[in-house]
Amino acid sequence: MLDANRLTDIRKRLIRMHYESGVGHIGGNLSAIDALAVMFNEHMTANDRFVLSKGHSAGALYVALWSAGRLTDADLTTFHKDATLLAGHPPASGIDGILFATGSLGHGLSLAAGTALALSLKGEEGHVYCLTSDGEWQEGSTWEALIFACHHGLSNLTILIDHNRLQGFGSTADVASMAPLWERLAGFDVDMQIIDGHDPAAIRTALHASVAKPRLIVLETVKGKGISFMENRMEWHYLPLNDETYRQAIDDLAQR
Amino acid sequence: MRKQLCDALVNRAQRPDMVFLTGDLGFMALEPLQQALGKRFINAGVAEQNMVSVSAAMARQGLEAWVYSIAPFCYARPFEQIRNDITFHGLPVRLIGNGGGYGYGVMGPTHHAIEDYGVLLTLPNLKAYVPVFDEDVGDVIQSAGESPMAVYLRLGRGEPPRGFAVPAYAPWRQLTNGGGVPVIAVGPLAGTYIDAIQELPKASRPNLWALAELPLSQNPPPLALMAQVAAHGAVCVAEEHVERGSFAAEFALYLLREGTNARLHHLYARAHHYPRYGSQTYLRKASGLDPGSLLNAIDSMQRL
Repeated sequence: MLDANRLTDIRKRLIRMHYESGVGHIGGNLSAIDALAVMFNEHMTANDRFVLSKGHSAGALYVALWSAGRLTDADLTTFHKDATLLAGHPPASGIDGILFATGSLGHGLSLAAGTALALSLKGEEGHVYCLTSDGEWQEGSTWEALIFACHHGLSNLTILIDHNRLQGFGSTADVASMAPLWERLAGFDVDMQIIDGHDPAAIRTALHASVAKPRLIVLETVKGKGISFMENRMEWHYLPLNDETYRQAIDDLAQR
Repeated sequence: MRKQLCDALVNRAQRPDMVFLTGDLGFMALEPLQQALGKRFINAGVAEQNMVSVSAAMARQGLEAWVYSIAPFCYARPFEQIRNDITFHGLPVRLIGNGGGYGYGVMGPTHHAIEDYGVLLTLPNLKAYVPVFDEDVGDVIQSAGESPMAVYLRLGRGEPPRGFAVPAYAPWRQLTNGGGVPVIAVGPLAGTYIDAIQELPKASRPNLWALAELPLSQNPPPLALMAQVAAHGAVCVAEEHVERGSFAAEFALYLLREGTNARLHHLYARAHHYPRYGSQTYLRKASGLDPGSLLNAIDSMQRL
């Protein structure tokens, strides 16, 4: 079971990877990393599948896979470099644990629902997990997928929403508010839970609950979580780390 | 061709890995398939983007996925899903677009599909079928079903003249013989030209070729056709597709690469909009794709 120190180490590795590669998308990785780390280290089995619908959090996915021993430290050093498999968004092939190239929002939940229905039709074991962003629910296709998943009663599907309330050019409330998002979702035939997306115990409990319909977990998260000058700051959707901000970030994490 | 499509798919329905997704279309046509497939027949509703991504995921899990809708709803609405989720992953999803070209005629421009295969063939790992005759559909479904890559099937309406003996399916078929210039017609349009061409004197009668599979890189032209093109220094291409992204554009490039010196006359779908609506036949004529326009084009080519 992951303890606080291990989760901090995972965050540090994520930050170092971004620093060494000089690329952004850090904020949304830090909001998603706790759920991904718990899922890949503690929860998912060999039969399970995962779809990262918010493909811009590929960094968090790579580091979660690394933390579970499915990518190496050397792999992470290639992040964003020429000839890497670890592109800025998940690749179409080549990494065990990544089924689909994502990055254009609004695709992942359909891919996850199709995978879940395929497993069901084939009579195969396995559960499908899909992590979406909150801004992504502005995509009509995501709602198409939710309608489909509910209509087919896909009890082997878990939808997680990284609800950090910030998107590309503003807050979700300012850009296209659906607040509170869970009220929009509550009309669907899903088993919905709203939890602290940075609390490993809450994540474990939510993932373990047995349900007979699609499960939807709203992860209440903080963009840039764990690094004081990044938390709830939209610009950290984009900014890379320089020497100074990297040092500050590591110091922040050391004090957790 | 919908009946033939349904029959051919019903014949495959015993395959346990086959799934068929429709975007809420197929009434009075696909019910036998629905019955044959049971829960593997999935009406995905009026949600084409989701339907295509779902089909990609099913193919990724090893299922034989077929997707069906009216042609423009099959490729235009979910283009990004086809691009990202199907072709980027090299997944063999079979997309069936009913009523390609001006097939939905008077229903209006939203229902026309005159840029379908051109748009789709810009993508990797995808092949297009444009069956010429109703009799082709069984062979096309078998070939598409065995394809290791994604497939787009532009379904139309076979239009051979009465009494015409339809030749066995092949990607290229020569339908008329004579001493005239070669003519290549894509899909069912070829059938509409047979009578008009057969009435011409043998010495000047065009050699009409029907083309049913694209792109050329996967279906190069037969040597006999290329010999005719070289001998006449000319070729006419007719297709119910816009000029940009057309088969003719690809064929022109092919001729240049092969060093074949030939003039190319192109008859193509001129517009989505005309001042008045009308049937497929009406719109073909408005585009200069009717048999009379073809004969005029041939006449002017042979005068040069």
